[in-house]
Amino acid sequence: MSRPRPKYLNLIQIRLPVPGLVSILHRASGAMLFLLLPFLLVLFELSLESAQAFARFKEVFSYWAIKLVVLGLAWAYLHHLCAGIRHLALDLDYGTELGAARASSWAVLAISIVLTLGVGVLTW
Amino acid sequence: MKREVVGAHYGLRDWIAQRVTAVIMVVYTVLILSVVAGLPQTDYGHWKVLWQTPLVRYASVLFMASLLLHAWIGMRNIVMDYIKDAALRLTLYVLVIGALLGYAMWSVQILWGR
Repeated sequence: MSRPRPKYLNLIQIRLPVPGLVSILHRASGAMLFLLLPFLLVLFELSLESAQAFARFKEVFSYWAIKLVVLGLAWAYLHHLCAGIRHLALDLDYGTELGAARASSWAVLAISIVLTLGVGVLTW
Repeated sequence: MKREVVGAHYGLRDWIAQRVTAVIMVVYTVLILSVVAGLPQTDYGHWKVLWQTPLVRYASVLFMASLLLHAWIGMRNIVMDYIKDAALRLTLYVLVIGALLGYAMWSVQILWGR
């Protein structure tokens, strides 16, 4: 039996199982955090520069575009954190059965979205 | 013929480093969020004093150091997986390392400056 190689996967047709979705989002959120780190450092620096700068720092958050980016970053951080904790559990052999692995994946997706909404409510 | 596939020998070290730095960052995140939440007021005075506290400064430096190493391992894995051209891959490695070292110095400057 021979299968044609190389095999090109159509990313649009692939239906990832939930653990796969959590996994690729773990990677994507990590890359996003790395790429937007300078943005966070600019905000952090602004907040500590002076009292006027601190006022401007607070003002910056009144722009909905900035809020959206910060909320996106909050989601990326929270998803990455939750998926990371799940990963540590898997390393320790907890939840490696298919059912448990799927359930914990759903939990990671849900908890990070709920926490992000919490951040949104707190900062809006 | 007996062949051993041994890889580049950095796998386990990076695997451990990724997890140790992750745990440090989780602990820091929980602690710093509870400290910020416990501020009587989020005005400039309290905010400034918080980040000048020696313990917060050193914990933040530890966090940044962990973040550096963690981000390097993560970004290196991503680049390794998707970029097949060796020259481009090495260029990206250099850019990532340069950026991360720059961010490290920048954050120390933010924490100690002024």
